[in-house]
Amino acid sequence: MKKTMMALLFTTGLVAPGMAETIKIGVLATFEGPFTVLGEDGLRGAMTAVDEVGGKVAGMDIEIVRGSSDASPDSAVRAARKLVEQDGVTVLVGPLSGDEGLAVKDYAKTQPGVTFINGSSAAQDTTLRDPAANFFRFGTDGAQWMAGLGTYAFTEKGYKSVAVVAKDYSFPYTQVFGFMAEFCKAGGKVPSKAWVPLGTKDYASVIAWLPDDVDAIFVALGGADAVNFLGQYQQAGGTAPLVGGSITVDQTVLTSEGKLRDVLIGTPSAGPIADTNDTAPWMAFVDAYKTQEGAFPSPSLFAHAYYVNMKATLMGLEAVGGDTSDGGAKLQAALAGLSFDTPTGKVSLDANRNAIADIFLTEVVVGPDGNLVNELKKVVPQVNQTLGIDPAEFLALGVANRDNPSCE
Amino acid sequence: MSLAEPQGITARQGWGVVALAAAALLCWLVFAVWPAWLSDLLISKKAFVSALLNGLTLSGLYFLVASGFTLIFGLMRNVNLAHGSLYLLGAYVGYEVASRTGFWLIGVAAGFAVGTLVGLALQVLVFRRLEGDDLRQTLVSIGISIVAADLMLAVWSGATYQILTPAWLDGAVTLPVISVVKSDGTLVFLKYPFYRLIVLAAAVVIGIGLWLGLNRTRVGMIIRAGVDDREMLSASGVNVHRVFALVFALGAGLAGFAGVVGGSALSVAPGEDVRYLLTSLVVVIVGGLGSIPGAAIGALLIGLAEQVGLVYFPTYGIALTFVIMVVTLAVRPQGLMGGRR
Amino acid sequence: MTAPYAALALALLVFPAIASDFFLTQIGGYSLIWGMLALSLMVLAGYGGMVSLAQITVAGVAGYSVAIFGENATGIMGFGWPWGIVVPVAVALAAVASALIGWIAVRTTGIYTIMITLAVATATFYFTQQNAEIFNGFSGLSGLRAPVIWGVSLRDPLPFYYLCLGAAVLSFAAVLYGARSTFGLTLQAIRDNPRRMAAVGYDVTAHKVFAWALAGVIAGVAGVLLVWFNGRISPGTIGVGAAINVLIIAVIGGLRHPIGPFLGAVVVVLMQTFAIDIVGADRFNTLIGLVFLSIVFVSPDGLLGLWARYAPRMQQEPLR
Repeated sequence: MKKTMMALLFTTGLVAPGMAETIKIGVLATFEGPFTVLGEDGLRGAMTAVDEVGGKVAGMDIEIVRGSSDASPDSAVRAARKLVEQDGVTVLVGPLSGDEGLAVKDYAKTQPGVTFINGSSAAQDTTLRDPAANFFRFGTDGAQWMAGLGTYAFTEKGYKSVAVVAKDYSFPYTQVFGFMAEFCKAGGKVPSKAWVPLGTKDYASVIAWLPDDVDAIFVALGGADAVNFLGQYQQAGGTAPLVGGSITVDQTVLTSEGKLRDVLIGTPSAGPIADTNDTAPWMAFVDAYKTQEGAFPSPSLFAHAYYVNMKATLMGLEAVGGDTSDGGAKLQAALAGLSFDTPTGKVSLDANRNAIADIFLTEVVVGPDGNLVNELKKVVPQVNQTLGIDPAEFLALGVANRDNPSCE
Repeated sequence: MSLAEPQGITARQGWGVVALAAAALLCWLVFAVWPAWLSDLLISKKAFVSALLNGLTLSGLYFLVASGFTLIFGLMRNVNLAHGSLYLLGAYVGYEVASRTGFWLIGVAAGFAVGTLVGLALQVLVFRRLEGDDLRQTLVSIGISIVAADLMLAVWSGATYQILTPAWLDGAVTLPVISVVKSDGTLVFLKYPFYRLIVLAAAVVIGIGLWLGLNRTRVGMIIRAGVDDREMLSASGVNVHRVFALVFALGAGLAGFAGVVGGSALSVAPGEDVRYLLTSLVVVIVGGLGSIPGAAIGALLIGLAEQVGLVYFPTYGIALTFVIMVVTLAVRPQGLMGGRR
Repeated sequence: MTAPYAALALALLVFPAIASDFFLTQIGGYSLIWGMLALSLMVLAGYGGMVSLAQITVAGVAGYSVAIFGENATGIMGFGWPWGIVVPVAVALAAVASALIGWIAVRTTGIYTIMITLAVATATFYFTQQNAEIFNGFSGLSGLRAPVIWGVSLRDPLPFYYLCLGAAVLSFAAVLYGARSTFGLTLQAIRDNPRRMAAVGYDVTAHKVFAWALAGVIAGVAGVLLVWFNGRISPGTIGVGAAINVLIIAVIGGLRHPIGPFLGAVVVVLMQTFAIDIVGADRFNTLIGLVFLSIVFVSPDGLLGLWARYAPRMQQEPLR
């Protein structure tokens, strides 16, 4: 990718009179470790946005500098530091995972002259509590992603009691928070929560530990963890229906082989995208995404998130003529006021620079060519970070962690 | 024994009674119907028995991986920290072969073969030159594991692969263990994945095979002698290099075999190499180096600790295995079954 | 003997004149910190014969102490004590932790010491990852700011570089002096033949544990500097990867002289920073692994061993 950019720069330099100016944009994603596949899809999303403007913004060529992390917060800060302090980027798009976002936000506070735009990190507190003035999130957080699912599970699916299985770190805390906020309010009960430590691969005991008398199991695992759990659940002959977190039924899991497909069919979920969305902007985005190398049949939510955030970045840069020499003040002002149409509807920012956007309620079905896809059931329009609840009341609910919220 | 001596039971008899009582308690816990207070205390019978069985079957897998490590460690004092990479390589190759040929068993054989070949190459080309310098061998194996992990990432990317088991290994079997009695009096029996029981059976068979091989054959005698006293062995005229190569190849082959078997139950992804390496280290340290029964006992202890810890101490259970290792090393450094070092 | 040291000292002092801010902190300061960590390992391994993979854990104890007793932005713990109290407390806790680890490991030798310290490091890693009340689990504690003295933030490139340089020189001098002191000589004698020393009447265990405590002080100081550099600490900082990194640095540099760890740190930090630009973002780990392999293969004593082998040859007069 870097070589193509260099070649592009070189040829542009030959054709145009004198050397063309370039603007460096850093892209930080998980290119190492267990989330590598997700990071690569995020990059595809970002490149889709870059290709959309022909690789140029405000008359300058775009040079993408990649930063690699492995989903741990330390590695994300290290990569961000390298991009900012060694490669000299003044605009950085990323990171991918929840805890990384929290760490990069904190780093952003030490670098007021650099503009940070989120990738796909979706922990609540990145923008809800103690936000950074130069960190912008044009995507929604993990709790927003669950909007509508709790009510749907209680009223339409008829699940009165649900057990929770999730990994023990901040992003699942946020997702469970979002699900339970609605589900408990509707009258549902969550008798047990299984917080699986990071690094666990053998879910057999967790599966045996789940109570038999629940109506469904809410699974907030992603990537390899979801594949493991679902496969072992199927092997153990589990019969309870599932409710999926946003990354549990993501394309990276749905394209896995094996009999876990049987367990997945019919699972409701919610998130920022829906595979069977048939609106024209979404279809156009899918077509553009599929021209990228190694693309999935349908873009994952990581590709979508990086696309939206990169598009916002480019729009902001265009508005200020690519000028970040003032420490990004003009750019940040432009970004704060940005409101535009994405493939998934209108996006605008709230006072904490977090997105207000549409959320999609989905269910897993078998698609036309045999692949599993998330079928769109309902659109929940313009969800904000406090899920429609009064901000003071929402903050009083407390930080999402293992014990909060609780409704047994 | 004169009449003046006090009659009593010896220490050995005392421990025997305790062991019998423990075994009886375990049998009752597994086969009897639980009263309500016990179900409240231990979550549920299903959780308890499943944790036990999961621990048992997981220890089978750990034994397969660790047996190769303990042989290599015991005989050649070589801390091969690339052992986990051999596991992962066997898993990937097994996946490729199994998915292309459609036969799982051929994939298993391929995993074993790849492990053997790579292990042989490592021993002959690399470790033989560094004989005697333990620290350097360790460091070289670290370097090899770093490079190997990255190259495997290049070939197979970060995706998670499921090795598909054949139909006759799938599904859950009903065990003769009563899980719960429903209010109308019908008995609900425990269901357990068949494949995991097969893994346990395979581990037992291979364990017995290894033990027989070590204790009843001439080659085994030579290996055991080498574990006890390497210098004496070469002084007595045995081609020590050939023995080392054989043992390394066997140990690495076992790792590759375990990779395919483990990868079918739990999936294959980058990071598995570090995980199984650390587990092998702990199992071998706790059990005692160079000892197959030691590896079995170590694997049993660690597997059970991990699964029971996951169910009953979910937050801190994951550190339990390493705490066991620290305690063992501090109290009895040669391991539970280890002889003199 | 002092001429090379004087030249080196001069070069290090004027380094800021030619180096950019990035080189000052990311290469200069960072190498000095990792050099100190590797130095604490070298003290134990080179003079004591005990290879420890738990030095990063000791540094982590100091780092987490700074986060817990000082100020942090995560809202977990953070008692807000002034840095003049926090730093000595952190280093003292690190020394105690190191002595404790040493006491546990004192009955082991060789490979077993490596394993038990690796187990301690991994157990600590998992504990900090799982505990939410004190350590905030996987997210760790962030918002750790270096102190501001007389209006100058110690995290600014120039002050930070000199701070690390000062700490490194102090530990280097301490180790060099200590190696020739009575304690140092006793320790080396214990390394060579513990039974004889015990027979002569020395308390072998006490000497070893004390050596661990001293190494813990160096690692503790490095740990404090590390969290001031990063501004955060999390379980990832003290994981297995970091522990092995310290070993790699110490071995690449050479375990026979205290300058070795710092040499190794410079080489490894340069490699890790620029490998991504040489072979691209994809395969830089392979490059690092291969370089490490070749150094270990060619020279059993790292770069210092290579130097010792070739330097005499270079000083010989050529035959006419």
